[in-house]
Amino acid sequence: MDMKVAKKLGLKERYSLMTRDLAWDTTFQKMEDVFPQTTYEGIKIHDWDKWEDPFRLTMDAYWKYQSEKERKLYAILDGFNQNNGHLSVTDARYMNVLKLFLGSTPPLELMAARGFSMMGRQMNGAGPRVACQMQAVDEYRHFQTQIHSISNYNKYYNGMDEFAHQQSRMWYLSDGKSFFDDAITAGPFEFMVAIGFAFEYVLTNILFVPFISGAAYNGDMAAMTVGFSAQSDEARHMTLGLECIKFMLEQDPDNLPIVQRWIDKWTWRGTRKLASVGMMMDYMLPKRIMSFKEAWEMYVEDNGGSLFKDLARYGITIPKCFGQTIEEKEHVTHQSWIGFYMKPEATPFHTWIPSPDEMDWLSEKYPNTFDKYYRPVLEHLDAQEKAGNRYNNKTQPMNCQVCVSTMKFNEPGDPMEMCFRESEYQGEKFHTCSDHCKEIFDNEPEKYIQTFISSHQALQGNCEPDGVDVNAPDYKPGSQMLDYWKLDKRATGDFNGSDDQKNFAAWREQATKN
Amino acid sequence: MTMLKTLAPYEFKSSDALENYKGKQLLYVNWERHRMFSRPFVLALPPETPFSVIIDQYMTDCFSYHPDWKQIDWSTVVWQNGNTPFTPDRNKSLKENGISHKDLIRFRTPGLDGIAGTGY
Repeated sequence: MDMKVAKKLGLKERYSLMTRDLAWDTTFQKMEDVFPQTTYEGIKIHDWDKWEDPFRLTMDAYWKYQSEKERKLYAILDGFNQNNGHLSVTDARYMNVLKLFLGSTPPLELMAARGFSMMGRQMNGAGPRVACQMQAVDEYRHFQTQIHSISNYNKYYNGMDEFAHQQSRMWYLSDGKSFFDDAITAGPFEFMVAIGFAFEYVLTNILFVPFISGAAYNGDMAAMTVGFSAQSDEARHMTLGLECIKFMLEQDPDNLPIVQRWIDKWTWRGTRKLASVGMMMDYMLPKRIMSFKEAWEMYVEDNGGSLFKDLARYGITIPKCFGQTIEEKEHVTHQSWIGFYMKPEATPFHTWIPSPDEMDWLSEKYPNTFDKYYRPVLEHLDAQEKAGNRYNNKTQPMNCQVCVSTMKFNEPGDPMEMCFRESEYQGEKFHTCSDHCKEIFDNEPEKYIQTFISSHQALQGNCEPDGVDVNAPDYKPGSQMLDYWKLDKRATGDFNGSDDQKNFAAWREQATKN
Repeated sequence: MTMLKTLAPYEFKSSDALENYKGKQLLYVNWERHRMFSRPFVLALPPETPFSVIIDQYMTDCFSYHPDWKQIDWSTVVWQNGNTPFTPDRNKSLKENGISHKDLIRFRTPGLDGIAGTGY
């Protein structure tokens, strides 16, 4: 007698059994009491079963794919480290990219992991809930692998060991902190737009494709491997964010204005956060692969533009800020780098003036702006530095109440003027850096009046290391901020003359001789 | 009108309320068309501080690095408090000059447009 073998399940059946079939409607408690967050933002969902998981990925397939990726990743990292990979990069200046990346990215991946864990609990459809859980695990994995890939460099170069302490304290990391604080304290659908759309689509495309290709160009196999390993997850995350947007729009016409406002808001917040990634591409990679402007045109204007064309059938319009981002792509990286150069004692990474051939590259890539607005300033600062009069601005900066960037952006249409906007709420003034940040503030002032602004907190006496008496008569607010940040002084200041520069040259010399 | 939607009352104090500064107030200062400084600076000062201290001490400390600083003709300087034109009295206090918590003082120096006319 023939053995009766049960037919293997098809992909669709497996997906159904391992996601939708795991959910149930509650009976002892009302569903709206168990999932209160899915209604309060005003989003109307009539049928959760209409959610189409774009990847139909189940947990068992997920573990298999991810563990395979993980094995490859750590094999490459081990090989790279054992082969003294830290000496194979183009130039020790490159390390400063990693220092900036380490403070600004892994902690945000951890926040994303927390956020998606929460959203997995709050979504009352089984499809998005499972997808959120898998994304939460991905984000946790990114957080870990990014730290692991950089840990080898930490043995040799200064300024990498206190990133976790610094993340919620240091001025220049506040923009990322604020981005995630804003997202994670929003409702679940807004979080999905903020992270699933703006963070994954606007940010990670540029971070993990052109920037990480830049890491590869500069000989950093560790960062390159992590980036490429992460980016295949990011593609899935983007699709999840987009599916969430389409799902909301298809469920009810009342959802359109709410979703549009979130798209406008988070595209702008993502753009502001990208200024520092752009600066890494244009100024900090010793060997450059493409300019931030070119990356913006390819990944945001072309790819993002076609995404908005696709969403136009639902009535979604291009984000209001789009025109301004096109104007700003010519300016933001230069403004950001000059901003960092002027604070040599306040970052755990080095800065420098680009060499003449690097300035020529910038002229070629930014023919409309670099020679007119930025080259003369950089050359002036260079001459001053060489004459022993290096610029060091010791004042506390003014920051935008929403994006928390230091105020450094120009008035739209006039690159020589600073842009300031002001709002009033409950009798107090609040300053923003742009029309878009002002609009975000004015929509929800209750949220943004709580923003952590490093300079203000310092002036209140809240940024001191343990043991400082803020009531002592000779106490000067903010005078011990460097210790409060646990800043490694060897990692501050100019690259030229730094330990990193000297050590790199000495170790490379050793590596090529007996 | 706010669009913030929450499950429960949502009332928090401003992180920068005047009372958090123990008798002082915040003041921002920006030199227009001199973006080398890249941002205005912020101070916490008693409202009784004379405006001359702002110019002679704090502004000089921050801005005198710039080659334009020495060339300023102070009789032509144009002042704004936020977007409103005003004329500070050097010898009067912040309070007497009508400068309150978190005001942004902007000043323009006609004819001086930064390094090589870049606005920096």
